[in-house]
Amino acid sequence: MTDCRRQWNREDELPIYLAKSISAGSNKRQKSHGMFSSVEGAYDTKTIDFDSYALGRKGNRAPRRCSTERMLDMEYFSEPAREPHKKRSDSVVTSPSGRPSVDVSYQSQREHSHCENNGKSERLLIKGGKVINDDHSFYADVYVEDGLIKQVGENLIVPGGVKVVDADGRMVIPGGIDVNTCLNKAYLGSPPVDDFYQGTKAALAGGTTMIIDHVTPQPGDSLLQAFELWQEAADRKCCCDYSLHMDVPQWHEGVRDEVEVLVQEKGINSFQVYMAYKDVYQMTDSQLYEVFVCLKALGAVVLVHAENGDLIAQEQKRILGLGITGPEGHPLSRPEELEAEAVFRAITIGNRANSPIYISRVMSKSAADTVSRARRKGSVIFGEPITASIATDGSHYWNKNWAKAAAYVTAPPLSPDPTTPEHLHSLLACGDLQVVGSGHCAYSTAQKAMGKDDFTLIPHGTNGVEERMAFVWDKTVATGKMDENKFVAVTSTNAAKIFNLYPRKGRIAVGSDADIVIWDPDKAKTITAKLQQSALEYNIFEGLECRGGPVLVVSQGRIVYEDGNLNVQQGTGRFIPRQPFPDVAYQRISIRNKMTCRQGVSRGVYDGPVYDVPATPKYITPAPSAKTSPTSHQPPPIRNLHQSNFSLSGAQVDDNVPRRSSHRIVAPPGGRSNITSLG
Amino acid sequence: DSFSNTKHKTSDKIIIKGGKIVNDDQSFYLFFLTIFLTSSNVYWLSRLSSTFRQIGENLIVPSGVKTMDAYGHIVIPGGIDVNTCLHAPHLGMNPADDFYHGTRAALAGGTTMIIDHVVPEPGVSLLTAYDQWRDVADKRSCCDYSLHMDITRWHEGMFEELETLIKDKGVNSFLTFMAYKDKYQSSDAQMYEIFGMLRDLGAIAQVHAENGDIIEEEQKRLLDLGITGPEGHVLSHSEEVETEAVYRAITIAKQANCPLYITKVMSKSAADVIAKARKKGLVVYGEPIAASLGTDGSHYWSQNWAEAAAFVMCPPLSPDPATPDYLNSMLSCGDLQVTASAHCTFSTAQKAVGKDNFTLIPEGTNGIEERMSIVWDKAVATGKMDENEFVAVTSTNAAKIFNLYPRKGRIAVGSDADLVIWSTKETKTFSSKTHTMTVEINIFEGMECRGFPVGVISQGRMVLEGGTLDVVEGLGRFVPRKAFPDYVYKRIKARSRMAEARGVPRGNYDGPVHDVISMTKSVPPTPTTRGPSCSGKTATGPARNLHQSGFTLSGTQMDDHIPRRTAQKIVAPPGGRSNITSLS
Repeated sequence: MTDCRRQWNREDELPIYLAKSISAGSNKRQKSHGMFSSVEGAYDTKTIDFDSYALGRKGNRAPRRCSTERMLDMEYFSEPAREPHKKRSDSVVTSPSGRPSVDVSYQSQREHSHCENNGKSERLLIKGGKVINDDHSFYADVYVEDGLIKQVGENLIVPGGVKVVDADGRMVIPGGIDVNTCLNKAYLGSPPVDDFYQGTKAALAGGTTMIIDHVTPQPGDSLLQAFELWQEAADRKCCCDYSLHMDVPQWHEGVRDEVEVLVQEKGINSFQVYMAYKDVYQMTDSQLYEVFVCLKALGAVVLVHAENGDLIAQEQKRILGLGITGPEGHPLSRPEELEAEAVFRAITIGNRANSPIYISRVMSKSAADTVSRARRKGSVIFGEPITASIATDGSHYWNKNWAKAAAYVTAPPLSPDPTTPEHLHSLLACGDLQVVGSGHCAYSTAQKAMGKDDFTLIPHGTNGVEERMAFVWDKTVATGKMDENKFVAVTSTNAAKIFNLYPRKGRIAVGSDADIVIWDPDKAKTITAKLQQSALEYNIFEGLECRGGPVLVVSQGRIVYEDGNLNVQQGTGRFIPRQPFPDVAYQRISIRNKMTCRQGVSRGVYDGPVYDVPATPKYITPAPSAKTSPTSHQPPPIRNLHQSNFSLSGAQVDDNVPRRSSHRIVAPPGGRSNITSLG
Repeated sequence: DSFSNTKHKTSDKIIIKGGKIVNDDQSFYLFFLTIFLTSSNVYWLSRLSSTFRQIGENLIVPSGVKTMDAYGHIVIPGGIDVNTCLHAPHLGMNPADDFYHGTRAALAGGTTMIIDHVVPEPGVSLLTAYDQWRDVADKRSCCDYSLHMDITRWHEGMFEELETLIKDKGVNSFLTFMAYKDKYQSSDAQMYEIFGMLRDLGAIAQVHAENGDIIEEEQKRLLDLGITGPEGHVLSHSEEVETEAVYRAITIAKQANCPLYITKVMSKSAADVIAKARKKGLVVYGEPIAASLGTDGSHYWSQNWAEAAAFVMCPPLSPDPATPDYLNSMLSCGDLQVTASAHCTFSTAQKAVGKDNFTLIPEGTNGIEERMSIVWDKAVATGKMDENEFVAVTSTNAAKIFNLYPRKGRIAVGSDADLVIWSTKETKTFSSKTHTMTVEINIFEGMECRGFPVGVISQGRMVLEGGTLDVVEGLGRFVPRKAFPDYVYKRIKARSRMAEARGVPRGNYDGPVHDVISMTKSVPPTPTTRGPSCSGKTATGPARNLHQSGFTLSGTQMDDHIPRRTAQKIVAPPGGRSNITSLS
């Protein structure tokens, strides 16, 4: 620590607020116990140490060290479930002899980092950039080695032979995380044209260095098998790190066991349920409640596709009946109200089950408003608008060109209200919506044309993985709605926090993954399908101009994109498992769990007269997603089923005997004696 | 005479002197002579005599006419209670207040007409249940009545039944349940269908709005926790669950373009959802009830089981003590329109069926007698609303919505002689010892209310005068209601005309179409030759695996166990891409 003291003493001569808050990181931090543990000391050099700023303590450096330790301690206490932390202290390398030792110790620690890919990761120094995290921005150099950020600060001591990138005052931001892609979701057996290779290539070209893809098993498929299928495809093709959401197409006991395995052994902590797609994926409210309770117990985040599938099915029938078969039938049959209604219902069920809810794809103003109202009432809920909903609107469904109109078909649909994007930007900026995904699911025009005579058969999905970051910048930062830190939050950090990737992802800090983007706020670009990485022949943002874009993208410590040139390699992407119980969602939930021990009232036993009631048989309410339409045959009427939703039995032996209309009042022999009966 | 139920009854000629006549639009004083009523003939003469074209002119009092002094009081149209259950059995138990006792209590409280809910047992035809209710009510009812029909189970041929009820039987309002899972609950799709029918037939959709699915799960959970008392009822029927269902019902009604009437608005947030929907222009009405306006749900935690159980109803009273005040304000500003009682009483012995399990407690509270006084005390006496609005929310709005206006709900020449002489100054204390009902516990026990009726005239007959109730069993007539009430349907009709969705005229798409091959087990893809792809049959081949469409054609297939093939072929038309609709 002598070295540190010397440095601080020098700083003491400066005014407090000019003193560098970010020291050069003379204590090296090493991520030593598996890639899934959180990063030791990740907070140290970039968290403002308020103690050291305290005026009365100027020159007294002891508090700073204490605060550092305290922070580490807190980290331990807040994450008791993570075994590796306990051992990690052994490997924390302090630098007893000052800065020159940095180089040496890194070399010696090299075998600990097993996230290299074929030794291809580079040593990289990003010089002269402005590092932007979600909490603050500062000028610093970033040194990357072994796919990790090793040092952040000024005047770094780095080994020779390092590749130096001059950021030239531009922004250095954590790589984007796109939490909503479907790169392997087949429609009627045909996979999307952007598979894991094409899709992640496009992601990297747009500044996104990690995706979370949806595993979409069909009803009846095993979730575990689907997971392995997806993982296998992604491991072979992915160019950037990825993780997986699991879609739950139906709910029963077997699924519950699989979900448990996925959470506890496979590193999946988010599951999507559907309130739409009647008779295919749709779940009833009862099932949703059960799923929510189950996932809450496991510590997973529930993603909800929120649309009222019952009404959509009815409206589709009606619209087709009117002779409307083109893509305009899609938004007509899925009006905004149905989305808002389902969001409201999902939140209600989430509140009752006390489970965190994540609304994937917020496409309309009213759905967004519903989310923000619920947040105001304290619900643990997150909302995700997608690239398409923040950058364009649903007027295109009425395009005369069928192929263009069909390209916009996604569910929930884009709102035809042209003021929708602006509204969503505002809610993003004020924090009512938290994450921007892309909903990237690219089907070619030929695939879309499967529904050329019936809009209900058009596969759903739009592009957006490549354009996401740029549009968020263009629509919100460039217009002054949000600042650069908030930009980092909505494109990367918030997602990392909600899905428990933080601080490994979503932050530029010592020990975090070296997923870094150098962002040029002035780079202007016109979106066109001709210049894109995606394999789609039509881009729904065609012709839109946008400011802001990546000039250099570093993924896993490698430069994969530089000045318009991609240098990616299939299969380099790693699967990033995620732990359950993300703090940002579950701290509140677990406290509320403890609070909701409701107490019954202790009363004396009621001993007044009691009516004698005959038992009644039971009838089952048709589920909203029952395979039959309401016009079809109903079960034969059961007799005399009135008034109880808590029935005791099925058919009775005396069912053939007409019901008695007289009753007997049973009074206790001793008369009414207890206080609980009436006097 | 189309009204075969006309019965001969004794009638009075009554002159009401003095008093201020209050309608929903204006109040006016009349000098010396106020109203002259005759009712020798039940159907025609019970109306305000048309002999006197202008109310308020001097008139020579014929001999043999009874006069009634209303000085210092107001004269208002008799109340209409649009939500009662006087005959619907629960687990085979009939309510403690039947049509006779219930309507007697209604008259004692200044309500001269009720609309009762017909609750057919699921599986029983609506018409059968209707006849049963008519039969009982005609024999027992003391005041005019009409009927709502509850749709407890969707079934084939419902449209015909609805049509008969609406066109021939004088029922124009139908209730669907979103709660009572596995008993009465309708799915969203069924509600949409029902709403569509009701719109076409010109009826009003009513909903009992609570999410039955969540309630059932919560009930299970609470019983598991060992909570079996009445407090479990309110814990399992949380306010949110009501609000959610109100929101959903409004969404469905909006889609079906059907007028919607929410029965029993019990919580602040549910009322807010209705108010917001009205602000967006939806045709939706909300009905708080006597219980939600007069008391709150804190009583569910009463140490006395019998008292706690007396408050059990669905949706439950909100435990939030600010709720009654809030609902009264919403009522005053017009965001809620109608007050009812949801009167459905069960004796303590009947309630005690659920003494070990709150889910078995029969649901329902009293209120038919107290309703008018509660509204006056909570809203008018506190200055939230004026006497005209009081008339509107207790009588006129209900008459308009359910197509009884101006026969009911207004004091005018030609209207039915259902009048109440209302004392605005005196107070009265509710108590189970003095009330007219048969139930042992009054949920408003001890409440002191300003405003109560000193005289009630029903069908031109004096039924309450000087504290004496003089009713005749079976005197009540069934009042049929016609479809398409103007107050509700003018807007709906205009919107139906406007709501035609229009498609986009396009050329045929003639670009490449992905060929969907029916899945076979890992056989190498066989190229299929196809003609021009505008055959229109492309997508109809495999019915299975239709993800992405909410419009599925079939369920499981015999080859479901075979893995899907991923190979496809793109078919381009022979002439290449020629049409403007394909991408260049």
